[in-house]
Amino acid sequence: MLDSRIIQKLTEIVDEDNVAAEPQDLLCYSYDATQMQFKPDVVVYPADAEEVSLILKMANSERIPVFPRGAGSGFSGGSLPKGGGILLVVTRMNRILRIDTDNLIAEVEPGVVTEQFQEAVEKLGLFYPPDPASLKFSTLGGNVAECAGGPRAVKYGVTKDFVMGLEVVLPTGDIIRTGGETVKGVVGYDLTKLMCGSEGTLGVITKIIFKLLPLPEAKKTMMAVFDSIDGAAKAVSTIISGKIIPTTLEFMDHATLQCVDRRFSLGMPAEGRAVLIIEVDGDRDLIEKQAGQIHGLIKPLGLVQFRVAKDAAESEQLWKVRRLVSPSLRDVNPTKYNEDIVVPRSRVPDVIRRIEKIQQKYDIPIVNFGHAGDGNIHVNVMIDKEIEGQEEKAHEAIKEIFQAALDLGGTMSGEHGIGLSKAPYIPLELSPVQIAAMKAIKHALDPNNILNPGKMFPE
Amino acid sequence: MRVPTSGQAQGLPLQGKTLDPLKRVEKEIKKCVKCGACRAHCPVFGALQREPAVARGKVAIAQAVLSHGIELDDRTYADMSKCLLCGSCVEKCANDVPTDEIVIAAREALAQQRGLTTFHKAVGRVIRNRKLMSMGAVAAAVMGPLFFRKVPATSGLRLRFPLPFVGSKRHIPNIAKKPFMERHPEVIPGEPGKPRIVYFVGCMTNFVYTEVGEAALALFRHLGCTVIIPRDQQCCGLPGMSGGDLATVRELAEKNLAALEKHQADYIMTACATCGGALHKFYPAVVGKKHPELLERCKAIAEKTVDAALLLQKLGLNPVETGEGEGIRVTYHDPCHLRTRNITRQPRELLKSSPGVEFVEMEGADKCCGLGGTFNVYHYDTSMGINAGKSTAILNSGADAVATGCPGCMMQLSDGLQQRGAKTRVMHTLEVLSRNIRR
Repeated sequence: MLDSRIIQKLTEIVDEDNVAAEPQDLLCYSYDATQMQFKPDVVVYPADAEEVSLILKMANSERIPVFPRGAGSGFSGGSLPKGGGILLVVTRMNRILRIDTDNLIAEVEPGVVTEQFQEAVEKLGLFYPPDPASLKFSTLGGNVAECAGGPRAVKYGVTKDFVMGLEVVLPTGDIIRTGGETVKGVVGYDLTKLMCGSEGTLGVITKIIFKLLPLPEAKKTMMAVFDSIDGAAKAVSTIISGKIIPTTLEFMDHATLQCVDRRFSLGMPAEGRAVLIIEVDGDRDLIEKQAGQIHGLIKPLGLVQFRVAKDAAESEQLWKVRRLVSPSLRDVNPTKYNEDIVVPRSRVPDVIRRIEKIQQKYDIPIVNFGHAGDGNIHVNVMIDKEIEGQEEKAHEAIKEIFQAALDLGGTMSGEHGIGLSKAPYIPLELSPVQIAAMKAIKHALDPNNILNPGKMFPE
Repeated sequence: MRVPTSGQAQGLPLQGKTLDPLKRVEKEIKKCVKCGACRAHCPVFGALQREPAVARGKVAIAQAVLSHGIELDDRTYADMSKCLLCGSCVEKCANDVPTDEIVIAAREALAQQRGLTTFHKAVGRVIRNRKLMSMGAVAAAVMGPLFFRKVPATSGLRLRFPLPFVGSKRHIPNIAKKPFMERHPEVIPGEPGKPRIVYFVGCMTNFVYTEVGEAALALFRHLGCTVIIPRDQQCCGLPGMSGGDLATVRELAEKNLAALEKHQADYIMTACATCGGALHKFYPAVVGKKHPELLERCKAIAEKTVDAALLLQKLGLNPVETGEGEGIRVTYHDPCHLRTRNITRQPRELLKSSPGVEFVEMEGADKCCGLGGTFNVYHYDTSMGINAGKSTAILNSGADAVATGCPGCMMQLSDGLQQRGAKTRVMHTLEVLSRNIRR
């Protein structure tokens, strides 16, 4: 428990209305999408980098942990105040500072909601592609800190590929700028990239400069149903080796389709075992041509149905199938561990087969869907915690799933981050030397380990 | 610091059955996975930007009350009061968490633990007593704060006696000289073989926006329907539900069930989205859950309950015959209690086919107007803050009139527009559709 002196100091930095410490406040900032709960001792809502700086300076000299938080929609516990301390909410910093149509950049504060930013730039004919599933409510600061991905990563890349510069408050309270507004820039270490995906352990992001693209003229959505998972997986590499990079290549396995169908009766062909939702974007003429080419490329791979959306409404219908996945999963079992492994895209069939074996071994349902185009598969281990032993089984299964991804040349996490939930597993992927190098960076910037302690590295 | 999941809370000991309302929704509470999607849709969160204001926060608080981690104290009361019961979060929730029902349950638990507030006691007294409401002065004085409108400086209306919670900003709407139901017989016969429509009028139409009732009557009579206006119908009870006064809601629900059941209706028609929401959704979901012996009757009434616009379309109303009037540019506001029942397309289609109407969409037509029943009384500034975006959207649409399907929304929209000095008219959809019918 913090003494009242600390709370007093906080109210001197921000005003009284922006410090909250009643039980209801602490409870409501104790969770994120992982459903783990840890209560902070106090919640503070700073208005700008200067206030963040004063808070961090005070916390650093008092040795009090500070946990930065955006929307609290993370899937790995990155913003959870485990051990207690100051929860620093950045959502008051929610202005889009400028959109520069000459240089195709925008500068924003970290509390801007991703979708609101996308809508603002699209009104000017510009495009910010990263599209995490939470884009309607997650914040850009959180997206950068976790290096969020999304379906469009196949063609456009992930959040870090769009970050050109940052304003960051370091754990000691110093305010620095990293990167800048120019495409080129080689002076010093690339601290911008270091901060992307650092999960709030190295600094609090207070401004972001994003690169933008021209908004593609049109897009086209297709749905392809295959009679085998191999067919669907082969389709992914065939399309890409056919020199077409779709905007999205979303994959759903048989278990996923059964889940959705049970609840929403999709009327899928009975022989369907896997589905790809494929979207291309660009000039109108080009995407028409690409849709035809894609059909030609994947036809021999056990294609049992191919639908092309004629208009936005039909496209919406196809995407609906994908969106119904999450609500349907709950019917399988109440608790879901949503992992986000990545393998080289050609190894997707191999990893799916490995997961099938793991499922048989532990006898718990595992449902796979996700971004096949970049090899990022959402592996959902579905359990009922009420059944004794299932939780332990799930943890064993998850460990084997991570190992499978690593064996196939992949990684444990593509876009959710490590935070608390995956920290125990990172020695599977990183060597002691790698971990030591990372910890040395952390120690150099945060000598007293006050910023988001306990995250990323196993304790 | 893990959240305590057991152990006794400090402070006032909980009364024996205080947590029962929350226990009834415990299964629903557990469905929330804290994904945060509600942050994109909750109008109150949009205005306040604090986690306890959003659905996920309220569900977490309800859960902690059940596990004795949080008390039913002033602060919990304040948090639970910050909900419009608009259902926006419920519609968009991937896990179908009925936060509106959970908030109602929490409010009931709070009322049991702490007693009803003076205001909600007054609300209960008034809505249980139609005769009391019929006395115009009392209706003006007591229904006023429920339905909240700003008094323009020039308004001649004044409160007869001071009431708590009535800010100086509020306007008491013009109370009809003669309530709608007193102007018409109970049964207005139509053509043989045509549907029998039982009209559930609602207090706002009966006492304030009587023109909505007249429009409904004219349109259904135009279609040859027999219209029955049960004399003994009561307030739907939603104002009581929003304060956790479930005893009053049950009393009213039983009276209404009895009043509606005896008329062999083909349809029970409402022209008030809120009343419709009560009969269609909240009676089975909330009253039925608490009083299982009433559930089947609630369900039977719910099945017959149809919104007026939807029913007019279903019965084949041709607006060409009834709607001709001066040229008017109309936009449409979706009342939450129609939108959450998927009634969004039909009112627009009717308006578009009404001669003389040029229909324009406004931005964010599906966003809540910010009224939220008694929410507006306790959180007037937040309520009007939510409304500000709506007023802007209406003005930007360039419409001469905004149509909607709920007299409650009509009052809130009028308030917001009047504060901007706008001349935009606020009309019920049925008023637009009935412009060419002689009454």
